[in-house]
Amino acid sequence: MDLAAIVALNVVNGAASLFLLCLGLAIIFGMMRIINLAHGEFVMLGAYAAVIAANAGINIWISMLVVAPLVVGLFGLVVERCLVRFLYGRLVDSMLATWGLSLLIIGLTTTIFGNTMQGVPTPLGGFAIGNYRTSWYTLFLLAVALGMMAIVYAVLRYTRFGLIARAVMQNPDMAAVLGVNPAHIYMATFSLGAAVTGLAGGVLAPVSGITPVMGSAYVAKAFITVVGGGAAIISGTLSASGLFGFINQLGAYFTTPVYGEVILFLSAIVLIRILPQGISGRFFKGTV
Amino acid sequence: MSDTVKLSAQIAAVLVACIVVAVMPLYADLFQLMQFTLFASMAVLALSLGFIWGFGGILCFGQTAFFGLGAYAYAVAAINYGDSTPAILCAVIVPALFALALGYFVFYGRISDVYLGVITLTVTLILFNVFNSTAGDEYTIGTARLGGFNGMPAVPTFNMPFDPTAILYPEDSWYVTGGALIAIYVGLRLLLRSRFGRVAIAVRENETRAALLGYDPRVVKLWVFVLGGAIAGMGGALYVNWGAFVGPTIFALSLSAEIIIWICIGGLGTLIGPIVGCFLIQYLVSQIGSQQSFNSNLVLGAILIVFVLLLPQGLVPTLRNLVAAGWYRVSERRRETGHGQSRQMTAGQPVGAE
Amino acid sequence: MPISRRKFIKTSLSATAALASPAISTRYAFGSDDPIKVGSLLDQSGAIASSGVTMVTAMEQGVAEINEAGGLLGRPLQLIQYDTQSNIQLYSQYAQQLALKDRVDVVHGGITSASREAIRPTFDRFQVLYFYNVLYEGGVCDRNTFCTGTTPAQTVEKLVPYAMKNSGKKAYILAADYNYGQITAKWMTKYMQDNGGEVLSVDFFPLDVTNFGPTISKIQAAKPDLILSALVGGNHVSFYRQWESAGMKGQIPIASTTFGLVNEPSTVDASVSADIYGCYGYYEELDTPESQAFVQKLKKRWPDIPYISELTAANYEGLFLWAEGVKKAGSLDRMAVIEALESGITYKGPSGDVTLDGVTHHTTRNAYLAQVKDRKWNVLETFKAVQPSDTAMVCNLKDNPRDNQQYVIDIDS
Repeated sequence: MDLAAIVALNVVNGAASLFLLCLGLAIIFGMMRIINLAHGEFVMLGAYAAVIAANAGINIWISMLVVAPLVVGLFGLVVERCLVRFLYGRLVDSMLATWGLSLLIIGLTTTIFGNTMQGVPTPLGGFAIGNYRTSWYTLFLLAVALGMMAIVYAVLRYTRFGLIARAVMQNPDMAAVLGVNPAHIYMATFSLGAAVTGLAGGVLAPVSGITPVMGSAYVAKAFITVVGGGAAIISGTLSASGLFGFINQLGAYFTTPVYGEVILFLSAIVLIRILPQGISGRFFKGTV
Repeated sequence: MSDTVKLSAQIAAVLVACIVVAVMPLYADLFQLMQFTLFASMAVLALSLGFIWGFGGILCFGQTAFFGLGAYAYAVAAINYGDSTPAILCAVIVPALFALALGYFVFYGRISDVYLGVITLTVTLILFNVFNSTAGDEYTIGTARLGGFNGMPAVPTFNMPFDPTAILYPEDSWYVTGGALIAIYVGLRLLLRSRFGRVAIAVRENETRAALLGYDPRVVKLWVFVLGGAIAGMGGALYVNWGAFVGPTIFALSLSAEIIIWICIGGLGTLIGPIVGCFLIQYLVSQIGSQQSFNSNLVLGAILIVFVLLLPQGLVPTLRNLVAAGWYRVSERRRETGHGQSRQMTAGQPVGAE
Repeated sequence: MPISRRKFIKTSLSATAALASPAISTRYAFGSDDPIKVGSLLDQSGAIASSGVTMVTAMEQGVAEINEAGGLLGRPLQLIQYDTQSNIQLYSQYAQQLALKDRVDVVHGGITSASREAIRPTFDRFQVLYFYNVLYEGGVCDRNTFCTGTTPAQTVEKLVPYAMKNSGKKAYILAADYNYGQITAKWMTKYMQDNGGEVLSVDFFPLDVTNFGPTISKIQAAKPDLILSALVGGNHVSFYRQWESAGMKGQIPIASTTFGLVNEPSTVDASVSADIYGCYGYYEELDTPESQAFVQKLKKRWPDIPYISELTAANYEGLFLWAEGVKKAGSLDRMAVIEALESGITYKGPSGDVTLDGVTHHTTRNAYLAQVKDRKWNVLETFKAVQPSDTAMVCNLKDNPRDNQQYVIDIDS
């Protein structure tokens, strides 16, 4: 019984981390069709921002939940203005430029902070389920994922900004005719996506190894998940990260982590083959 | 530019390339020669993706899958047979069969665009994981140990056909690699001028239109993909011949991305562009590592960003447009001076079929 | 440059039959004032840079010291180093560049075993002496190559019984999923069984795994007395942090063959790293005069230098072992230097006496067992002059000088 509970918790946690990591990419890719290959480096920047802030004496929660998204969101704003705005509608050029950007960020971070970084302790302690112990932080991650989902959903679904943003993504020319400046919306959306990614990096910082190249572990998986999820940001990412997280964690528990990864990738291929428009393209049409 | 001018320019370029390959060993020292051998083998890989992406419209993020499979197939076969001749054949056939299976899976599922990219990328990641976990004696094919992350060192290099004792010297390797590159380039050019090539371009331009005209886009794309896989596999064999080594990092994401970068920088929709981009970036990366003042990632990243902002079309198309603009001006002037001869219209020409 | 590309020595073909490539001699006479060229191939950017950067400082420091003392054979040393950018292809490229273009007299370099295996054939083929100064899984047997780092028989053999003595007989092994991890896990299993212990499970992790939740649950289900870890790299540091955050710290001891090599104790919180056992050839905290002098020299020249581990010390000692060999041979001729080195050169370096073993081309050196306390390694026990007995099981370059491969040591026999 307690074993089942702990496995379930792990599976949910795996899905929640994946969701957190993918949400920002889904916003940027889903709404602007920009493949941000620097996504992993945005995660890394979020983690660095949180760790540096925490080591400078700022409260750990504020560092993770406020400083990290703020810093990366601002960074995203700068990147959008200086680089990405020239690349809308140019899928491949955007890949090339963001790949360059990712190398640049890694190089800059290494030059400034060196190859290793003093991490922060994991806040909250552990608790026991029967014979098993796990950390409260796992539940915290889950809560953050749920919170982010609610916030992004609410913003896109119920606010004026969300309505305009969705309209611009559907038909920028029509939106422009109606008096909206698409450039501003793109800028805000990219920055929002970066901030969400930064938050993911911030909350993962206490349970990860912090190095300049840590981002590369995330980018491929996040990309696969977002495409597997399809066009709808929340329902697509949620269903895909739920499915892949479930498969990966279960595979890792019952076989080895190596096969866990291979099973994840195989199922992603099969999924895209069966549902070329992603999960949400088939089951959640018209949702956010 | 008229078709004849283009054709003669291409023939001239091939001739020049042949001469360069032939006389290179007289002027370059051994190290440079080996470096160019490497670049040429990578250029074969670039050419394979440049072909399927630029002329088949297939955006494959995982071209390294075929490159790596070719390299491993070559290494395993060469160790087992002790003769590179059947090994080179294996290096072409194994990736081609793999591309056939994968291509059937995706094209007959009508998967295209970025979804295709994700599937190919994922396949590469799987291969990386699988080959990475092959350390230990149980992963042995014939007498060849796959060796996991450490890879397979000291793979036999090319020898004269069917004569394993006559191992090729670096000059010969250069001739083989440079010659293969030129031969593949010419072969692809001829293919593109053939009926199949024109149909492939028609499919790239508009699948529905091509289908309505009675061509099956799935079949066309599948064969383009298989051919690309075979060429990439050949590149893999040439690569192993250069370094006598193959390891799973050949499947790594960074190399997959690098090929795309070569093509973007050289110019998509051309065949010469990927080759130019490949030589340029490879040279650049190896130069960056020789300096100690800046972090290598920093320099390379900055160069890529500047490039995409300033030369979005890539080198070869930009140069070609410059030349074309000059040509236009010349012919305009000629018309003004009354020597007749209207400018050749390029409308009948399939886009990108030059 | 009209070099000897055309002067292939056909007769040496048979000597390198294992490589099946033509051997190409690139040596030619130096003037007496020309510098001696020392090549170095280390990753200074990319994923492995955290190991490579401090190794570079050791190489630069060593070369500077030799030059201050008047050089070797009356000639100064010139260091030629390339940043291999954590890219195996660049290793091959720069290896060719060092051998053919720069024509160095020796190369020190390579970090991962994959990088070593990629460049080792190149140096065999072009006859350039090669030193690999990193701890690794053992088994390389090649007359042209000297491996000066520790191997499992030197460290794991000491670590496992010590950790067992302080915990219990049931172990759970976690290792990185590549050759080093897999082979080290086998050695751990062997030494567990030799000491009457039992291995409950061996789990391998790809290098990009960051979530260890399921593993921690599996460990709890298995209830081991001890965890043996050969996890590698920045992503795997997550394990120790997630272990601590699950409240498992202090409940089951951890012994690792990799933790602490690249600065881990000072990058994670003190509570995460506390009490982890390690066994390496060198620690920054060693209080011998040689060690303290070495640390001070590096810290003076590079005030921001991260933790100085076995990687850095062994690289430094590797350079000096080669220098001793050159002095003894009295020339730079490759075979003369190899023979001098095989005669049993000893150098007293930061880690103590390091002696080259002529039969295996590995080193006999001290091993130190230590435990992390408050972000520092606290050395508990010193093992003097430990033999590379694992490689010695398979490799005898005295009897088979033409042997050239990396053996996977059949541990079960």
